[in-house]
Order: sequence, then C-alpha cells, then structure tokens
Amino acid sequence: MADIQERIATLYPDATFEAADITVVNIPDAQWHSLAKTLRDDPELRFDYLMTIVGMDWADSLGCIYYLNSTSTGAHISVKVTTNDRIKPMLHSVADLWAIAGIYEREVYDFFGIVFINNPDMRRLFLSIDWKGFPLRKDYDADENLNPVTTESERQSDFTDTWVEDENGKVVKKEVRVFGPEDFVVNIGPQHPATHGVLRFRTAVDGETIKKIDLYCGYIHRGVEKIAEQLTYPQTLHFMDRLDYFSAHPYHHCLCMTIEQAAGIEISRRAQVIRVLMDELSRIASHCLFIGTYCMDLGATTMLFYTLRVREQILDIMEKTCGARMTFNYECIGGVMQDLDPNFVADVHKLLEVLPANIKEYNKLFTGNVITENRLIGVGNLSREDAISWGVTGPSGRASGWACDIRKTDPYSIYSELDFEEVVRTEGDSMARFKVRMDEMVQSARIIEQLIDNIPEGEICVKVPKVLKLPKGHWCRFVEGCRGTFGTFIESDGTTSPYRLKIIPPCLPAAAVVDHITRGFKIADLITIGGSMDYIVPDIDR
Amino acid sequence: MEVTTKSMPYEDWKDNEYIEGLVKELNDNGANVIVGSLDKLINWGRSNSVWPLTFATSCCGIEFVSLGAARYDMARFGWEVARSSPRQADFMMVAGTIVKRMAPVARRLYDQLAEPKYVIACGACAVSGGPFRKSYHVVMGVGKIIPVDVYLPGCPPRPEAMIYSIMQLSRKMKVERFFGGVNRQEKQQEFLKSHPIEGIDD
Repeated sequence: MADIQERIATLYPDATFEAADITVVNIPDAQWHSLAKTLRDDPELRFDYLMTIVGMDWADSLGCIYYLNSTSTGAHISVKVTTNDRIKPMLHSVADLWAIAGIYEREVYDFFGIVFINNPDMRRLFLSIDWKGFPLRKDYDADENLNPVTTESERQSDFTDTWVEDENGKVVKKEVRVFGPEDFVVNIGPQHPATHGVLRFRTAVDGETIKKIDLYCGYIHRGVEKIAEQLTYPQTLHFMDRLDYFSAHPYHHCLCMTIEQAAGIEISRRAQVIRVLMDELSRIASHCLFIGTYCMDLGATTMLFYTLRVREQILDIMEKTCGARMTFNYECIGGVMQDLDPNFVADVHKLLEVLPANIKEYNKLFTGNVITENRLIGVGNLSREDAISWGVTGPSGRASGWACDIRKTDPYSIYSELDFEEVVRTEGDSMARFKVRMDEMVQSARIIEQLIDNIPEGEICVKVPKVLKLPKGHWCRFVEGCRGTFGTFIESDGTTSPYRLKIIPPCLPAAAVVDHITRGFKIADLITIGGSMDYIVPDIDR
Repeated sequence: MEVTTKSMPYEDWKDNEYIEGLVKELNDNGANVIVGSLDKLINWGRSNSVWPLTFATSCCGIEFVSLGAARYDMARFGWEVARSSPRQADFMMVAGTIVKRMAPVARRLYDQLAEPKYVIACGACAVSGGPFRKSYHVVMGVGKIIPVDVYLPGCPPRPEAMIYSIMQLSRKMKVERFFGGVNRQEKQQEFLKSHPIEGIDD
C-alpha cells in the first residue's frame, strides 16, 4: 500500500491521503481523469476494476468516492473527488476508462444532481424524466405534491443530454439522440415474464437482430438508502432481506460485518459458523431457483418443479431456525438472532444426502439436452476484459474466466479456513454461466459438509450496546452474494443512524452489460442471455 | 346462504360478515328465477377457474412461484393457468411494491384486464407501503391507483395465505350477479370515476 501511495504522491503532488479501511486519495477534479488513467494503465498499479461510485452530500460540498480494485494484485484504493458548487455541481467523467462508470455516474446524477463532463449519456437512471429534486441530497424537499403518485404514463424522450468540454475548457451542453431516427425500437418490459421482475429494455432491432438496448431501471426503486438515513443501525438491517431476496443471508452478513467493524465488535466463533452455513444454504437455494426459472424461460417448465423441491427443503430448514421463508432478518449486530433449531444438523445432513442425486438429475434432464445446447452454447459471449470493465462479478464474471470470488480474493469471516474450489470457466457464454452455478452448488455443499458437524459451542450473540453509535468515519465491506460482489458503505457522523448508507449491488452491472453482449444476436436470444445473467430487479433498483 | 367451499367449514372463514353483507345486497335486489339460476351456474364455473396474471415486482412474486410449484400446487384449485397477457387473465395479484414509476404501468395493466376483473393486494407493500412507508418513491398501497378486492397482509405472505386469499376472492365471485352487475361493478365504476386518466374514457 505504501508504495502505491508513494507512486501517486510523486505523480500528483496535489493529492492528499486519508487513512481508512481502504486508503482514500483526495484529488482535485481537474486532475481526476488523468489520475484515473494512471491508476488503470500504470503497469505497477493496474486498478482495472471499478467496484462502485459512492455519491456523497457533505452539506458544504458534494462529491464522489470511487472504489477501485486491481484484479492482478488484489490491492484496493479509493479516490475522493469533491465540488463546492451546489447549484451546478460538475465532475469529470471516467466513463471512457471503465465501461460500468457510465451507469454508476448516471446513478449519482440521479440522486445528487452531479453532472459528469464527457459522460455520453446523462439521463436519470432510476427516477422518471420529470422528477423534481435529487432525493439523496440532504436538503431534498420530500413534499408529496412535488412528485405526486400519477397514473398518467410518463413522458418519453429519445434524446439524452451530454456535457462536453471544448478546447478552451468551457463546458457546453449538447443534445444527443439515443436511437437514430430510422431505428425500429421494440419495447420489452416492464411487465414481461422473462425480465425476471420489472426491468425495461428499449431494443432497437434490424430485422430480428439486436442493434442496441437502452436499459430503464427504477420500476421498483424504493429509496432504501434514503430511508436508512432516518433509522438506527439495527433498524436498517431488515432492508437487506428485501433487496436480493435470495441472498438475504449474505447481504445481512455484509451489513452486520460493516457495522461490527466500525463499532469494533468481535463476534463469537459459533455465530460466524452459523452465518457461513446460512450463506451457503441460501446460495444453493438461490441457484436452484435460478435453474428452475431459467429453464422455464427456455420453455422447459417442468424443471421448475424439480429444482423447487430442493429449494423447499432448504426453506424448511431455514424456517425452523429463522421463523420465515424468505425475509429472515436472522443475522443481527453481534451475531445471530436465535440459536439453531435442535434438528438443524440432522435436517442439513438429509439435504446433503439428496442433493448430489438431484444435481445429477438436473444435468440429465436439461444440461445435455440438444435444444439447451443449441440455444446456450456460443450465445452472449462476454470476454474477461469486458467482464472486468463492466464490473460483472459473481457466477457470471467467473464464467468469463475472471476469478472474482470475494471468498477467495478477500476472505471474510471464516472462509480462509475452509476447503473449497472457486468455479471458473473460460467460455464466457450463456452455457458457461449456467454451468458455473451448477458447480457452485456442489462447492457450497462441500463447505456445509465441513462445518455441519463442527459447529462450536458458545454464545450466539455478543453483548452490544442498546443504543449503538458508530464513531465518525466511513467503512466499506464486500461479501460474495449469490449473484456477485455485494458491498455496503457506511459514512457515520457519530450519531445512532448512518449519515449515508450506500448499497453496492451486483445486479446493476449484470443488467447494464446486457446491451453490450446482446448486440448482433437475435431478439429471442435476449431472453436466454438476460436470464443467464440472473439479475434480481429489486437489487438493481434498491 | 352460506358461501363456502367444499374443503373448508363455514365457521373457519374470516370476514364472514362481509360476505353476508354481499349476500344480503344480492337478495335485496331480487332476481329472476331463470337469470338467477344461470348466474349461479356461471359463477360456479368462474369461481373455480380463476386465472391469475403473472405480475410480480418483488419478493412476493417468488412466493407466488412457490405457490405454483408442486408443494403448494395451486392447480388443485384451478388457478394454475398463470397468464402473461392481461387480456387473458381474470385477476391481478399485485405481488410486491408498487412505486411511483410503476404506478402508470400497474394501472394500465388493470385497464387491460378483461371484465370481470379483480385485484388482490398481496403483501405489506401493496397493502400500505409496508416497510417502505417513509420512502419518497413508493406508492402507499396499490389501493390508491386501482380498486382492490382482497387485501393480503404478510411480508411476504406464505403460500398458504395466498391460497386463502384467492379462495376468499372466489367466494366473493360466487355472490356476484354476472348479469346486471350487482355487488361490485358499481363500486369499481365509482373508483375509476374518482381516479381518471386523461384521454382514457373509463
């Protein structure tokens, strides 16, 4: 870390450094783009993966924190860029360096009104085109009359704005067309059975071939990040269940870890083991449902019944311990809510017994099927470079040959002690994404096997102050959710509720990349490609 | 007249007073013997083949998938024909949060359903906004934009609860007059009159 800091300091004397869990570099906006280029291209740094952009409102200034990761060295760094202008805040875009930055910048624009110079597409991402105000700003006017509930269809525009810098350094606004005047545009969604929720694609087609897809999110944007600012830390936890409802346990785990790290709480070994067990069980349940719904998208309806059989068995195990089928709210700050059900171990053993036979059956029924092979092999190819540039993590990223499993690269909890393999394939097509998930179930079962007979005795939840206050500062932690790298960022001002809680979802990049990987394929392939990315829409929209 | 189904004794139902109110309304209006018997026959058929629209925005939708799978098996009741097109569906299970951007879409889907049509508000979010009560972007209950027949609480409701809610809906269907529209269509018209959309004539 020290030599990275030294290197940046020699190249950019204006940069200042802040110590945090991930070192923060402060840089003036004018030098930001050049620093970003150095960070990405310098052979010693090679920060090629943009994890997220956290928009921030510090009352006197607005700005962004960029979290970067190097896939070759594994190093982390964050960069803070701020502006004092609240009326017309502007920062330089890095959309030309990391493909996913374009979408992340749109998100920041949507919530904070920060305009990114040179970003080719500065539209709102989640809120409708006529929305008044920027909701995550601290001075946002939440008056219902400003943005009332309406049943009138929202205004559509084929144009987008972009701000470009001319030779004299003057920033001018330009209007650009999203689709050409001769493009034939088909609307898919938000109510479409194969978008897995309420996602909307506007698709320009040439005959049956896809030319371009314009992604519309926000049909289930619930404003979790803003609500969390009014709640205490334990109260914010339950929203994690309702983002990606299949990864409820890993997401809870992540937020708990972030808060525990900030508050300096050490949790017991028993609680750690229980958390990991629950994470892996939910991973199997999630992949089961993925296989079922994915096969259903392709017309193989009966597969759903086979995969849901295992899922129901897992839900039963969880229900006995957590008391719910989907929204568990089980992990809490300091450990877990309740002790395990007395039959937990026996039930899990039963599950492990039937699982291999079930996976074999899935393979027999579906994987080798000739229709499946024709529709999946060689469709929707995503190269390793593109996967990194677009930030596509999780099983989808690993199918492109990018070993991005946080459990291996940045082991948290007790994962470093466990013996399991990271499933990586190199084909990068829909079939690879499907097979990675299939194999991950086996690996998850392996983790559970190692732990289930060795659950240590001990307390399930350590003592945590009734009124929990975090010290001033910010923290960011990542875990491996069922669909990829999930992170939570907390900025605390020393009170009982977060000053800013940013949720870093794995599904937003997965949906954003659909435009890139479907180009040139037939419109029917959009369903198989989109399905293989396995995004969950409430996770995208938050 | 006790409105019930074969599988459940009358006293086990909740909200019996509501259904009795509907029965009274039906009886007060009187009926022609022939039309009345025909009504009964049609309603018997309708209430046993309620086709849902696949409309899920979030968590509740996954429980709806479980409902369709082998364990809870809604095919037992004749509801398994989940349609993706609103033109072919009888009712809309609003499974999940409706936000302001989605509101026009939900309303349009409702408008596209063929008459007679019904709505179940499924889950805390669709009933009242649920855990997102303080949100700037959530519609506080789908009842603000479309008329709701059955409110189903839970976050998400268990599949058993979903079965119960659709059974309640089919009970409601049984005491409706198919010819002449007693019991619910007038209320629906009133609602739509008070929530107009520009350019669309309800």
